[in-house]
Amino acid sequence: MALQLDARPPATPAPRGTRPSRAGRLSRIDAKYSPYLYIAPFFVVFAIFGAWPLAYTFWVSLHDWDLLGSDPTFVGADNYTRLLVDSDFWHSVVNTLGIFVISTVPQLLAALWLANLLNRQLRMRTGWRMAVLVPNVTSTAAVAIVFGVLFGREFGMINWLLELVGVDGIEWKSNRFASWIAISTMVDWRWTGYNALIFLAAMQAIPRDLYEAAAIDGANRARQFWTITVPLLKPTIIFCVIISTIGGLQLFTEPRLFHSGTNAIRGGPMRESQTMTMYMFENAFAPYYNFGYGSAVAWLLFALIAIVAAINVLIIRRLGAGARPDTGKRKGSSR
Amino acid sequence: MGTFPRHRLAAVALAATGVLLVASGCGGGDEAAGDGKITLTVDVFGQFGYEQLYQQYMDANPNIKIVERGTGGNLDEYSPKLTQWLAAGKGAGDVVAIEEGLMVEYKANPDNFVNLLDHGAADLKGNFLEWKWNQGLTADGQKLIGLGTDVGGMAMCYRTDLFEKAGLPTDREKVSELWPTWEDYVATGQKFKAANTGASFLDAATNTFNTIVLQTAGNAQGYHYYDTSDNLVVESNPAVKQAWDTTMNIINAGLSGKYGSWSEEWVSAFKQTKFATIACPAWMTGVIEGNAGPEASGKWDIARVPGNGGNWGGSHLAVPQQSKHQEEAVKLAKFLTSTEGHIGAFKAKGPLPSSPEALNDPAITEATNAYFSNAPVGKIFGEGAKTLKPVYMGPKNQAVRTEVENAVRTVELGQRNPEQAWQDAINNAKKAAAK
Repeated sequence: MALQLDARPPATPAPRGTRPSRAGRLSRIDAKYSPYLYIAPFFVVFAIFGAWPLAYTFWVSLHDWDLLGSDPTFVGADNYTRLLVDSDFWHSVVNTLGIFVISTVPQLLAALWLANLLNRQLRMRTGWRMAVLVPNVTSTAAVAIVFGVLFGREFGMINWLLELVGVDGIEWKSNRFASWIAISTMVDWRWTGYNALIFLAAMQAIPRDLYEAAAIDGANRARQFWTITVPLLKPTIIFCVIISTIGGLQLFTEPRLFHSGTNAIRGGPMRESQTMTMYMFENAFAPYYNFGYGSAVAWLLFALIAIVAAINVLIIRRLGAGARPDTGKRKGSSR
Repeated sequence: MGTFPRHRLAAVALAATGVLLVASGCGGGDEAAGDGKITLTVDVFGQFGYEQLYQQYMDANPNIKIVERGTGGNLDEYSPKLTQWLAAGKGAGDVVAIEEGLMVEYKANPDNFVNLLDHGAADLKGNFLEWKWNQGLTADGQKLIGLGTDVGGMAMCYRTDLFEKAGLPTDREKVSELWPTWEDYVATGQKFKAANTGASFLDAATNTFNTIVLQTAGNAQGYHYYDTSDNLVVESNPAVKQAWDTTMNIINAGLSGKYGSWSEEWVSAFKQTKFATIACPAWMTGVIEGNAGPEASGKWDIARVPGNGGNWGGSHLAVPQQSKHQEEAVKLAKFLTSTEGHIGAFKAKGPLPSSPEALNDPAITEATNAYFSNAPVGKIFGEGAKTLKPVYMGPKNQAVRTEVENAVRTVELGQRNPEQAWQDAINNAKKAAAK
């Protein structure tokens, strides 16, 4: 979405002669159908690994399906009606949304700011640009385990530092809000650089003369940023917001590995930081092995992501339109 | 020009199928070894101590190669994985370990496993403690899915250096006399706490609660969360409430270090000598040695558990139906759970045999553990094991236990008071049982 490839359908070869020869017929068939073949691998793979599991999960969610049992019974929407009144489920939805907001908003703002800095004339520019991506290269599991130790109650470095300055240590793992913050820190550490590079790529596609013209008109750097850079980045921002939404609402590894020991899948003794995917896992696998119920959670998660992504797009559209009505709208609709 | 498009079409079609083949190829790969040997995979968690036995078995059966997976792993990670393999019909080892708390759930769907009675296992009945044998047997007695490996037994491990610092006796007989009951254990803990050693008296209230509830239930009706007709009785079973109240006394006395069991902090607390006692079934001795490390060798010792006896944990070996070498796998499982197998495992890593013959063998009765100040582990654990009163575990045992222990944890961490947490435990256990 951010990178504009001006792709046009391949032009059909002009018909040669009036009577189609065998070669001509083949060539026409080729022109007509081979594009579909070219794109087929993705769609075939997607059908196998995306669409089919999706449909199958829905089928499973309509059953009372014991993971180990042999004959699941069809129960219709029963799993869904039970889920809608399950307070633990809604607790996990609130956790997921809370962690999502706390992590994504600062993350995208920081990425935008970082990209803006990296877009200037710097010494060792490539070095800096590479450096922001380094956290993204480390394995999520390693990050989560290291942060889990940093945020330890008694042996953690964060609490040690807090106590050095005279603040009481915080129960990072069993205080709901504190655990959200700790997990958001992990997510941001890992993904801010990645988003910054995407923003940077889009910023470099903005023509220099716009800035020169603005500078001649007397606009300062901040003004140039808000009236030129941000509106022209709108499609990229939407892209990043949607990707972050999908990732943020499916958060699993970080909160799961942040907790260790028995029942880590609960995300704390009172489910302080159990996300929806963790709740799904807890139900579909240990200790409940209730595959049908877990699948219902998966489908509601899917619905939630769709809703939040739609809201995001609406908000960003509105903001972009407000900032610079004409350019924004035209650019937005043409892409 | 005429032939070019056809080539292109073919190339595209080839490329597409190529991708498909690659994509679908990841499920293949049969482990048929090139040298004609049969490879048997054994899935375990924690420390089963089978390495030497495998070698012995492979020497006697040159056509067999044994690979063990999951050694040192956490039970919490192992059981969902095993369940997924069983559900998928692929991936499980030829011989798999099943912990007793999960045995009921696996027994509810016995078709996932080979019925060992079809392979002449009935003759082995006398090799196992009677209740251990029955644990592996389905309710109708028609199918045997697991052969017993170890039993937990119960004792109290303590650090002699911390006890000395606190002015308490360090000799294991004297220490055992300190706490005939759990009330005495709390009183000793208060003395320990008053001495300000910088360490807590015990690791976490959850493990201790589990120990107490299994002990009180074993000494009373023989069931804890579920009665023997599979009714959930968390609320009405006096054994559970009694264990709960005892645990609350321990928490209220401020004795717990609150290191969540099996967490990174728990492991660190072992290393940094942050607590003085921990309830230890026989298999726990291996865990302590692994966590506290060689530098703590000789600083631990083992005393009797407060109250009377008890059992926590123990496993079975089963052969999944999906195994391609069922006959050979059953043979291996029989060997590993033979008297010889039980003794070999005990010598290697300390899991206590569930075979009466092995329990009476001098190799066990005279065994000492150098790491634990040469404590006579065979005698301490072995005596309890023979008279052990098992606790019945119902269908959603694991899920219910999780809920009750988490309620204990919320009190320990100061999130809930004991009354609120008891209500949580009851309500959440009901919810878990209904799922």
